[in-house]
Amino acid sequence: MTGTTTADRETTTAGRDAVKAGRSTTVAGRLNALGRAELTLLLRNRTTVFLVLMMPVLLILVMRSTLQEIGLEESGLTVAGASLSGGIGMVLLQVVYMNLVSAYVARREELVLKRLRTGEVSDREILVGTALPAVLLALLQSALIVSVGTLAFDLSAPRRPGLLVLGVLLGCVLLTALAAATSALTRTVQTSQLTTLPLFLVSMLGSGLFVPLDLLPDAAASVCELLPLTGVLTLVRAGWLGGVPGHDVLGAALTALAWTALAVFAGQRWFRWDPRR
Amino acid sequence: MTSDDFPPDSPAIEAHEVRRRYAGGFEAVTGISFSVARGELFALLGTNGAGKTSTVELLEGLARPDGGRVRVLGHDPYRERAAVRPRVGVMLQEGGFPSDLTVTETLRMWAGCTSGARPPGEVLELVGLGARAGVRVKQLSGGERRRLDLALALLGRPEVLFLDEPTTGLDAEGRRETWRLVRELREAGTTVLLTTHYLEEAESLADRLAIMHRGRIVTSGTIADVTAERPSRIRFELPAGVAPARLPLALRAAADGRRVDIRTHTLQESLHTLLSWARESGVELRGLDARSASLEEAFLDIAKTHTEREKVAA
Repeated sequence: MTGTTTADRETTTAGRDAVKAGRSTTVAGRLNALGRAELTLLLRNRTTVFLVLMMPVLLILVMRSTLQEIGLEESGLTVAGASLSGGIGMVLLQVVYMNLVSAYVARREELVLKRLRTGEVSDREILVGTALPAVLLALLQSALIVSVGTLAFDLSAPRRPGLLVLGVLLGCVLLTALAAATSALTRTVQTSQLTTLPLFLVSMLGSGLFVPLDLLPDAAASVCELLPLTGVLTLVRAGWLGGVPGHDVLGAALTALAWTALAVFAGQRWFRWDPRR
Repeated sequence: MTSDDFPPDSPAIEAHEVRRRYAGGFEAVTGISFSVARGELFALLGTNGAGKTSTVELLEGLARPDGGRVRVLGHDPYRERAAVRPRVGVMLQEGGFPSDLTVTETLRMWAGCTSGARPPGEVLELVGLGARAGVRVKQLSGGERRRLDLALALLGRPEVLFLDEPTTGLDAEGRRETWRLVRELREAGTTVLLTTHYLEEAESLADRLAIMHRGRIVTSGTIADVTAERPSRIRFELPAGVAPARLPLALRAAADGRRVDIRTHTLQESLHTLLSWARESGVELRGLDARSASLEEAFLDIAKTHTEREKVAA
């Protein structure tokens, strides 16, 4: 690790100065250290591993059988396309959102956040570093879903890869920030299963994870377009499967960006660093 | 942020008229001032709830004071966090570590976030946790967890070290080990601010100390300063048939049955008077005990008089 910020740190002890010069921490180094520890913790918790690795697969299967029954003619999607692109939304919700709410709450209640804040890491680095492994897993799983869809379910390769990547990345930022905000309302790791439920259900039903919005009545669909995850999911579908008109893509991008900005603001504004007791 | 605005002879830690109020209006720190010179070991003493931790958290930059000014190495620890943090080490009263990481993993994580970090093995030997390197944090005893916390505080060879009740939960041996380590650090030039409710800890380590009571500093100085104004005590028991009234008047003795308690600012003089009288009167003073004012005496006395004074005022 080479230092970039040693110049502004004077020390009166020459020896200490010599030791510290060149061994100053960097943002990347600090994030790496936090992320590694968090990944170790994630892999050590069996419940989390199950949730993170198996739930998306199970839910995609459930979605598939539901979608087969309702018929998708009107939406222009195939069963595989709808369920697998919805699966990416599921991964974002499960692996990023729900997993991170309990991670933030657990670290807060264990006083880990308070202890970290006595060190050199900034508040934002603590939040980002803790989220890194979850985000990384979500990206890997999304890539896996797209590969499986393309290779095994006769779906097209992503038609506009840039749009797909933008959607997934925005989703990661949005749900990390929403997780930070939700953790402020959550007392214990156990109650996080409850506090994450509203967004989970609203997104499942209203953001097109289970039922494509095109199948809903027009009035309901236009309300649902404004939900937090709808924009992200529309970007994902447009990027992977195509068939979404340009103005709809733009609208989705703006909705997703607006929600992300709002969530980042809320997460930073209301995040709690000290335990709720 | 150059060394020009922080000459080496200026204090390492400065608190001026510092206040801290919690939501709900409770004022935990009510305008206290003190400073700690470079290389000095300063102890904040006080009963539970006196405001020690509330004060230290302001110095550590964990919270912004509601009034007054705090400086650590010439910087505002809250607003200039990035300038201060690489140069200080902190041990909180209740440290937090992820319980599923091992001791080494915890240290490795901290090392990645600490400028000029020592190798994890070295710092573990320093605090005597070398044999526990591979153990999960949740399996450590309370005392071992305190020592892990100390290891993290020492990881970056800090110039200023904040220790909030560093030996609470340690056994006698662990406490002595920690004292030895703290003394070594001080000798190497580290400035240390420690809070404790063990008086012997302050007595054995501190260059200077301040006693806090209900958010205020009621007395401060060297141990000699703090104990100087306190009376010494002589205690003994009179044999049956010898009334306390027979004691020399100059001794100003207080008697409770046959037990006698004398408080004096001139211990040698008073002892001489007492012993001469005892020999002349042929009286045996059972359980005779004479002692100079100790920090404990001073501490209890301060807590008592200030509480009484507040009751009268209310």
